[in-house]
Amino acid sequence: MADITLQGINKSFGQNRALRNLDLEIKDGEFFVLLGQTGAGKTTTLRVIAGLEEPDNGKVLIDGMDATNWNAAQRDVALVLQQYSLYPRLTVRGNLEFPLKSRTQNFTPEQIKERVDKAAETLQITRLLDRKVERLSGGEMQRVSIGRAIVREPRVFLMDEPLSALDANLRDVLRVELKKLHNELGATFVFVTHDQIEAMSMGDKVGVLNKGQLVQVGTPSEIYNNPLNTFVAGSVGTPPMNLMNGTLEGGEARIDNGFSLPVTAIGAGAGQPLKFGVRPEDLVLESGAPVEGRVFDVEDHGVIKILTIDVGQNRLHATVSAQMKVALDDAVRFGWKADKVLLFDQKNGRNLAYA
Amino acid sequence: MAGVQTSAEKWTNRTAIAAVFVALIIMLTPIYWIAATAFKPRNLATTIPPTVVYEPTVAPFVKLFTKRSQLREQPTQEEYDNAPWWEQMVFDGGEKVVRNRKSGEVRSSGYGDRFKNSLIVSVISTILAVGMGTLTAYGFSRFKVAGEDDWLFFILSTRMLPPVVVAIPMFLMYRVVGLNDTHMGLIILYTAFNLSFAVWIMKGFIDEIPREYEEAALVDGYTRIQAFFKVVLPEALTGMAATAVFCFITAWNEYAFALIMTNRNAQTAPPYIPSQVGSGLPDWTVIAAGTFLFLIPVAIFTFLLRNHLLRGMSFGAIRK
Repeated sequence: MADITLQGINKSFGQNRALRNLDLEIKDGEFFVLLGQTGAGKTTTLRVIAGLEEPDNGKVLIDGMDATNWNAAQRDVALVLQQYSLYPRLTVRGNLEFPLKSRTQNFTPEQIKERVDKAAETLQITRLLDRKVERLSGGEMQRVSIGRAIVREPRVFLMDEPLSALDANLRDVLRVELKKLHNELGATFVFVTHDQIEAMSMGDKVGVLNKGQLVQVGTPSEIYNNPLNTFVAGSVGTPPMNLMNGTLEGGEARIDNGFSLPVTAIGAGAGQPLKFGVRPEDLVLESGAPVEGRVFDVEDHGVIKILTIDVGQNRLHATVSAQMKVALDDAVRFGWKADKVLLFDQKNGRNLAYA
Repeated sequence: MAGVQTSAEKWTNRTAIAAVFVALIIMLTPIYWIAATAFKPRNLATTIPPTVVYEPTVAPFVKLFTKRSQLREQPTQEEYDNAPWWEQMVFDGGEKVVRNRKSGEVRSSGYGDRFKNSLIVSVISTILAVGMGTLTAYGFSRFKVAGEDDWLFFILSTRMLPPVVVAIPMFLMYRVVGLNDTHMGLIILYTAFNLSFAVWIMKGFIDEIPREYEEAALVDGYTRIQAFFKVVLPEALTGMAATAVFCFITAWNEYAFALIMTNRNAQTAPPYIPSQVGSGLPDWTVIAAGTFLFLIPVAIFTFLLRNHLLRGMSFGAIRK
């Protein structure tokens, strides 16, 4: 069980600055998700924590102790990768035993067997124990990889997109299992993903990374409801938040080339160019609503429908109940929940509520 | 294949089999010729047209392993009758076996020792080249080496001129440092010669082994060295086997340097075999016998490693 703190981590690969002055705090027992696009520095962050990559400068603290110069073995972490971490020559049992047989561990054969059996039971792979790794399916392989991590009962689990190579159904199943595992083990989990649904559904805390910098850290609902800037607003939520340029005049949002609607956020930002952000579910479609738009696209998701509406030069997403009858090119009237509208600085994208 | 073959596929198949057959004939004929000559009586070795049916004899092998001299006069009947069967064979060929004057022991030719030298030099230089090559390749593959490409090119450049070109300077250097006619001298030469090849081939194989394997081991508490031996080496065995076969064959067959650098103590079989032309006309049956035995170790070595070779010969190109 361990806290992890990164302080001012910089890491470059040649010309490419992978991490820029990254600060990060992960609490003991937390399920921490690092969310970011490819190249944002998620994997590098994980490898720095694991001790596989040495930061150019900055400190890694584990449980308050400076672990910057510890090697991977001393940090007592376990790593689950997207693929490849299983040894093809060994059976499933051989793979699960492997971490327990290193010189830094002193386990008797009985203890090893006990731990392997227990891990196999937890992950429901007991029947696969004597099989060669080559003959496993993707989901089975990933379970074994997770098993390899849990046999050692490490302080920290580091997972680098462990689910992204799996097909959708299996991903959902393993997502639930991983959360359950986290509850049972109580260890610190650091989970890297580019999939915002994974991030939102699994994390106690989510850290959004962009270009080697941590943009925002918060609970999934903080990230979703109060994004720090337009980047975070755009990276979570399906479909993403609607962002429109405009100005604030007398408690009304005047959207460029479009419409005006009231907002409750007052004071800040009057007179300057703004971006108004509103989640698709906070657009309200009803017959008496103030603004008219034209339906450009309808996606039926069963429970909900996602409409794309053209208003002037803006194209907005709205989620509505699946019962609503609507066809392409229909004229629809809509308003929004005035208290849910967020104001961002048009220049630097920052949420004015944080300013 | 249980599937239905179209007639085009059938013909492709037959053509392929025919091509393999032709290739086999071309490649196996010299080997057959060597084997056949090795068991022929001397007078049938060079007949035109070649003698195909004959009574096999082991006389060439007896001659190969013994020291002989030309008979000045025919042995007496008594002498001939008292001699063992193999000595009679030598008498039949118009020669006699040389014996130690005091003890009467048969003096052996140098072939056995030369063969042993070949084995010592080839095996040790192969082990060294593959071992050092694997470690070097691992370093290049896994660590950032300043000027990596230049180093690799430099390593390869040692193969860019025909080795014989440097034979004379090498010979002079070896004479100064006293490596002439020593096992060590040849081992160093062959290791150096094979090393560049081993590094390049092994780098290809090791590049194919995912880094994640080792990193997982490192995180699990293994040291870099342990991770190398426990994780990388087993994965690299196939490549090492293929590399070893190539290095062994190169060292085993090497002729020019062995001829120049050695004469007695450390001489290997290749320069020795043709030196046994003997007095008078060359005795092709003895040369064939020497060559025939010389083929066997490579055949055995390749046979033992055949399972690794199938994957290894493609230089790691087959992915799972």
